[in-house]
Amino acid sequence: MSAVGVLALQGGVAEHISILEQLGCDVKEIRTPDELESISALILPGGESTTLISLLNRWELTSPLRSMGEDGFPIFGTCAGAVLLSKEIDEKEHEVSQNSLGLADVKAVRNYFGRQTCSFLKSIKVTGLAEPFPGVFIRAPLLLPLSDTVEVLSSVEDGPVFLRQDNLWLSSFHPELTTDCRIHRLFLESQGILKGSG
Amino acid sequence: MKNSRKEGSWEAKKGLAQMLKGGVIMDVVTPEHALIAQEAGAVAVMALERVPSDIRIQGGVARMSDPDMIRGIQEQVNIPVMAKCRIGHFVEAQILEAMQIDYIDESEVLTPADEKYHVNKHDFSVPFVCGATNLGEALRRIGEGAAMIRTKGEAGTGNVVEAVRHARAVLGAIRKLRVTPVEELMTIAKEMGAPYDLVKYVHENGCLPVVNFAAGGLATPADAALMMQLGLDGVFVGSGIFKSGNPEKRARAIVEAVSRFDSPEVLAEVSRNLGEAMVGINISTIPDEERLANRGW
Repeated sequence: MSAVGVLALQGGVAEHISILEQLGCDVKEIRTPDELESISALILPGGESTTLISLLNRWELTSPLRSMGEDGFPIFGTCAGAVLLSKEIDEKEHEVSQNSLGLADVKAVRNYFGRQTCSFLKSIKVTGLAEPFPGVFIRAPLLLPLSDTVEVLSSVEDGPVFLRQDNLWLSSFHPELTTDCRIHRLFLESQGILKGSG
Repeated sequence: MKNSRKEGSWEAKKGLAQMLKGGVIMDVVTPEHALIAQEAGAVAVMALERVPSDIRIQGGVARMSDPDMIRGIQEQVNIPVMAKCRIGHFVEAQILEAMQIDYIDESEVLTPADEKYHVNKHDFSVPFVCGATNLGEALRRIGEGAAMIRTKGEAGTGNVVEAVRHARAVLGAIRKLRVTPVEELMTIAKEMGAPYDLVKYVHENGCLPVVNFAAGGLATPADAALMMQLGLDGVFVGSGIFKSGNPEKRARAIVEAVSRFDSPEVLAEVSRNLGEAMVGINISTIPDEERLANRGW
């Protein structure tokens, strides 16, 4: 099995690595286009989306990642990572989204729930998981589907927070900030990277 | 449904700092600075009226910034906005929380309001970052509820030597504690003046229970990368950016250096042609009573 990549320019990188290692994956940190060779899937961690967009461009990762995503390569973005995957960001920020990856038919509304004092924990129901998942929402975006091919895997009362469009997975919460591996397992199993545990 | 949400929890407070890792937090005094910082790739800005080097020169009592000034910065940027309160000044902290600031820095850069006690940070739903010069101090602050730690360094000097001293003190003590036999932990907790459960956590995990940033005197991309290679999670840059010859360029270079801190080729490239760095101060020329790192207990 080839390694699962984690974009390691900024943000909650170590947390994703720890969960992937618990699942028995080999993990590779990605900072340059060369490092994208020989990985089977990629995680875009949470962090600051404006910082990540600027660093992806600076280190020439934007276009190789766009091509990979368009060719069906599995990519999972959490929080800021989900913002990077979204075709539209907020209302008027076309410039931002043009420089971003913009792969999934999703509109991300950044900081939808408010500033840090409004960050929250909430137990959420997720399609494909028998038991609820502990959702950690930190200055989280709301993720609005823009096409019928986007599947909503979880919602809170304000709207969708976990989406899937074929090879692209987007969560507005942080599964990496828990010790619960089920969301990562779900993603990797659906892409044929981890074998189902039955 | 709404009441099934838990706001202001420890996970959310600590979690925001985890999302700032590998990033640069920049001091800004105007909305224009804040925009420059955001465009350069800052993960957050620290809104304040005077950068530490000006506080050092102008003297007087340094207090929390005017709420209007902070509001102007909050309206300008999408990234998190932090602000400073004085050590022990829990009412300044209440005001900052009411303004929905994203992180409060209970900071030695401002004039302390209490010579004995820090703010009880557990009382707040907004997370706090605090400075530390050694492991005992870091664990006392975490015991009081700090969700993020930074080195104190010596703010406003453009001299990284104190930040290095504090980083080595904290990280060295963590390494030592990792291999200390369990029966010695209580005595170490007593000697450090740190809560026993936190000493035990460090012994078991080999790290602080919260994110640990560098701050105080960083002025160049190389300074920032040095702190990252020493093992810290990210950096604060105060006077170093907007007191330099070309703030936009230097800010961007420091962000790039932190994202690729272990690549000397990249560091060589981003360090080129940045214009004048801020003029530094030798720490030995600062009298003891003017050293900011001595504030806090």
